Amino acid sequence: MAEWGEARKSSLLGKYTQRLSGPQKVTGQAKYTFDINRPGMLYGRILRSHIPRGTLTALDLSPAQQMPGVKAAIPLIEVGKEIRYEGQEIAAVAADTKDIAADAIRAIRFDYDPLDHVVDLGESMSESSPQIRDWENNQSDRQIDEKGDLQAGWTTADAVVEATYSTEVQVHTCLESHGHVAEWDGDQLTVWASTQAVFGTRRDFARHFELPEDKVRVITEHMGGGFGSKFGPGVEGQAAAKLAKETGQPVKLMLTRKGEQNTAGNRPSMVQHVKAGATKEGKLVAYEVSGYGTSGLGGGAGFTGPYVYQVPNYRTEKFNVAINAGSGRAFRAPRHPQGAFAMDSLMDELAEKIGMDSLEFRKLNDPNEIRHAEYDRGAEEIGWNRRQKVAGSAPGIQKRGIGVGSGQWGGGGGKGTKARVNINSDGTVEAVTGTQDLGTGIRTAIAIIVADELGLQPTDITVKIGDTLPGLPSGGSGGSQTTPSVAPVVKTAAMAAKESLINHLAEKVNVVADEVVIKEGSVTIGNNQLSWKEAASTLGMETISEEGSWDENLREGGAAGAQFAEVEVDTETGQVKLIKIVAVQDCGLIINRLATESQINGGVIGGIGYALLEDRIMDGQTGRSLNSNLIDYKVAGAQEIPEIRAIAHDTDRKVTGIGEPVTIPTAGAIANAVYNAIGVRVRSLPITPDKVLTALEEA
Amino acid sequence: MQGASCVEPIDWVEVWLSNRGDPAHLHLSKDGCRIHIRYLVQEVCPTSRLVIQGGQMAEDTTRSTDQPEDRQKDLHQVNKTGLSRRNFLKGLGTGAVAATVAPATLAEADSHSATTGAEITRATVKLSINQQVYQIEVEPRTTLLTVLRDGIDTGGQRIDLTGAKEVCDRGACGGCTILVDGRSVYSCMMLAIDAEGKEITTVEGLADDNELHPVQEAFIEHDALMCGFCTPGFVVASKAILDQNPNPTREEIQAELSGNICRCGTYPFIFEAVASAAKKMK
Ligand code: FES
Ligand code: FES
Repeated sequence: MAEWGEARKSSLLGKYTQRLSGPQKVTGQAKYTFDINRPGMLYGRILRSHIPRGTLTALDLSPAQQMPGVKAAIPLIEVGKEIRYEGQEIAAVAADTKDIAADAIRAIRFDYDPLDHVVDLGESMSESSPQIRDWENNQSDRQIDEKGDLQAGWTTADAVVEATYSTEVQVHTCLESHGHVAEWDGDQLTVWASTQAVFGTRRDFARHFELPEDKVRVITEHMGGGFGSKFGPGVEGQAAAKLAKETGQPVKLMLTRKGEQNTAGNRPSMVQHVKAGATKEGKLVAYEVSGYGTSGLGGGAGFTGPYVYQVPNYRTEKFNVAINAGSGRAFRAPRHPQGAFAMDSLMDELAEKIGMDSLEFRKLNDPNEIRHAEYDRGAEEIGWNRRQKVAGSAPGIQKRGIGVGSGQWGGGGGKGTKARVNINSDGTVEAVTGTQDLGTGIRTAIAIIVADELGLQPTDITVKIGDTLPGLPSGGSGGSQTTPSVAPVVKTAAMAAKESLINHLAEKVNVVADEVVIKEGSVTIGNNQLSWKEAASTLGMETISEEGSWDENLREGGAAGAQFAEVEVDTETGQVKLIKIVAVQDCGLIINRLATESQINGGVIGGIGYALLEDRIMDGQTGRSLNSNLIDYKVAGAQEIPEIRAIAHDTDRKVTGIGEPVTIPTAGAIANAVYNAIGVRVRSLPITPDKVLTALEEA
Repeated sequence: MQGASCVEPIDWVEVWLSNRGDPAHLHLSKDGCRIHIRYLVQEVCPTSRLVIQGGQMAEDTTRSTDQPEDRQKDLHQVNKTGLSRRNFLKGLGTGAVAATVAPATLAEADSHSATTGAEITRATVKLSINQQVYQIEVEPRTTLLTVLRDGIDTGGQRIDLTGAKEVCDRGACGGCTILVDGRSVYSCMMLAIDAEGKEITTVEGLADDNELHPVQEAFIEHDALMCGFCTPGFVVASKAILDQNPNPTREEIQAELSGNICRCGTYPFIFEAVASAAKKMK
């Protein structure tokens, strides 16, 4: 059984290491799928529906096919079929240039019989709504979760809060849109893909084109963000490969910004009608929720509740509502931000009702000791005692307030990764595995682990990932599973490679293996010292190449987090200005502290957008999105960023993933801070100035 | 509609579809407006009519500081390449859209040139990019960004400068930021034909031989990048900031970088990187 040893003693583990891909990324040399230019490559583009619902009655590709520079046009929907949302794929073209492809799209003729649509959650649930899915009243089956005796719970409650919390549809908005470059060589398909799963994408391409998997190669050297939305070829990938096959030329097909925003996934909305009770001693005794949400036509709407708190009696009910809009996909901590925002707000409301400090009340109901320590650390850092004792009581127009939010994530990784470490006779070291780097820094983490084991520097290690060709599979990068899945196997591969080198050297000079020590770039054999290079050169014609194995003992799940926010609310304009956010996150055993802090910042900033800015807005009349662009869909920009204290809370545990947990507590902390500032609660995200002003007016 | 009978050079255009209410009011920036029109045309549904109307701005509107001479110069430069605004509009590609254009200064858009593929005007431009001169044949609508990323010069050589990214394709994200005569510019909002005679620097041209620019070094040191897709834009914009203001405060850095978006959320470390690069450059 392998062990990480004491990370604190390592000169690399848990220290600040610069990203290996840094030099390529700052000079523009890093090639993303979007940047791949193949000889003879054509540009693909998709014609999308501008209507939300209708029956396709005619589709004529010939005007496009006849245009000079257009090499192929294919249908992506059959005549007679139903168009079900704005942005649905109708046809695709491949042309010599991007601009010609755009012209060709416009030249395609299609006709449709319009059908009634619905893009509003409430309307879709009403009797008068058109039936748009195979769900009764457009509502999926209820998913019910029960525990204890709710009725008994209510009788013991001294205080009860009833409230409705709602959250918006958030769009992933990956800066590199979904897309592929597809190239055929006979029956061999090579695809450059902007994906979170090279092996999963290979499998899906192979299935779609009925090819053996080993005839498909998927490459993702760099990729520009996925956040849960990029796990397979999608219609666009299939279209790219089909166009490439038809033309015999490579085809690049990246989604346009509008296509990306409308069709490439989102975090479903949620409306939670909550009733909860607590005793005056501060114990939660009953919790009841009916929650529903929409992502579009798909499922996936949900929330976590009662989340990190223990409640003896509860009942939760969840269901999905369909609307004519692009479907949801996994999005950084699916269902958690929705649940956390409602629970964080609820805990604050209950605490106030029983006259208890919100943090104290949380601690009484949250059994996680790591989070208790995080509450203390964060409270000190933000200055919790500066909080308004009576919410909204500060004088003046601009009022400040402080709030707290909590989160929890699994992220323990799992079996399935194969990794290999090679030591070559020239001293170079390669680490090879089939994972991919979405920007999380796994490439650098792998180098750190191998370097730490072999006494080298991370820059001495060549990390080969994001390619299915070496045949060393790894899972998709989702659920904060990448590092805890990959690290153990890389670690054991490096250990095995080191052992092989030691055995080889021991045999060579005829000593016992114990006398060979590899450390800090050199190798000591008895009284002799060799440089790493010299030691490796003794391999002659050989190469050491060792595979690692899964080791349960090197990883761990369950990452607790707490965040604190300080805000300033302008009661005349309704503007919420963030002053400071403190994020205290259990990161398990940290491999790269620099990248970890980046991850924490990134999660918080995603949470800021969720709390204050982002919202997919659908127009009821036309059934179209009003903000499928980066002007009107607001993601956090430089001006919205407050001081962020990213605290990686060391717990000396094992390796875990933190991509997701860090984005969960932010919105609740901000919402509670807004309440503390103005004394009026906004129960709907995003907290925009109009909502703040309306709430103030109604108070 | 004010300005409907205007015959002077215009400062603004309003574009709307006859079957939809809200017009999009666009100010004619030096390079931007024409591209905006391109987009609106692309998004039109086949049964719509596109109406374009233009006029002059009132003194107090945002762009009123634009010098009239600049505008003239700009038009003149377009003319130098043999393309008039009329021809430009012809090359737009209006698809199935019937266009009504007023006033006369904007000319009528040809309603079928693009769909038939006929008569798309082309011109050869000479561009100086990272101190190297390229001759490239472009359509009038071709953006500078498209030339950098996808352009092929008249010798058949790909330009292949893919550092600048197309993210929003309409001046909203900064992913395509480059330097034109030392100032940061969204290359998706500039037409290639308007870049003639200017010195273009992309992220690939910032490093001196193999020596990284201090901004680039600082970005690596401070981990001011994650997926890195926004990074070239931020690096170039940051360099431009420091060239103008060697001692920016954090507030100034935030304000100056507000034209760039990073979805991974690297901003805090970008601010640190820019501040530390400023120190290094002293
Ligand atoms: S791509 Fe040019 S600003 Fe967004
Ligand atoms: S680093 Fe990914 S978008 Fe900025």
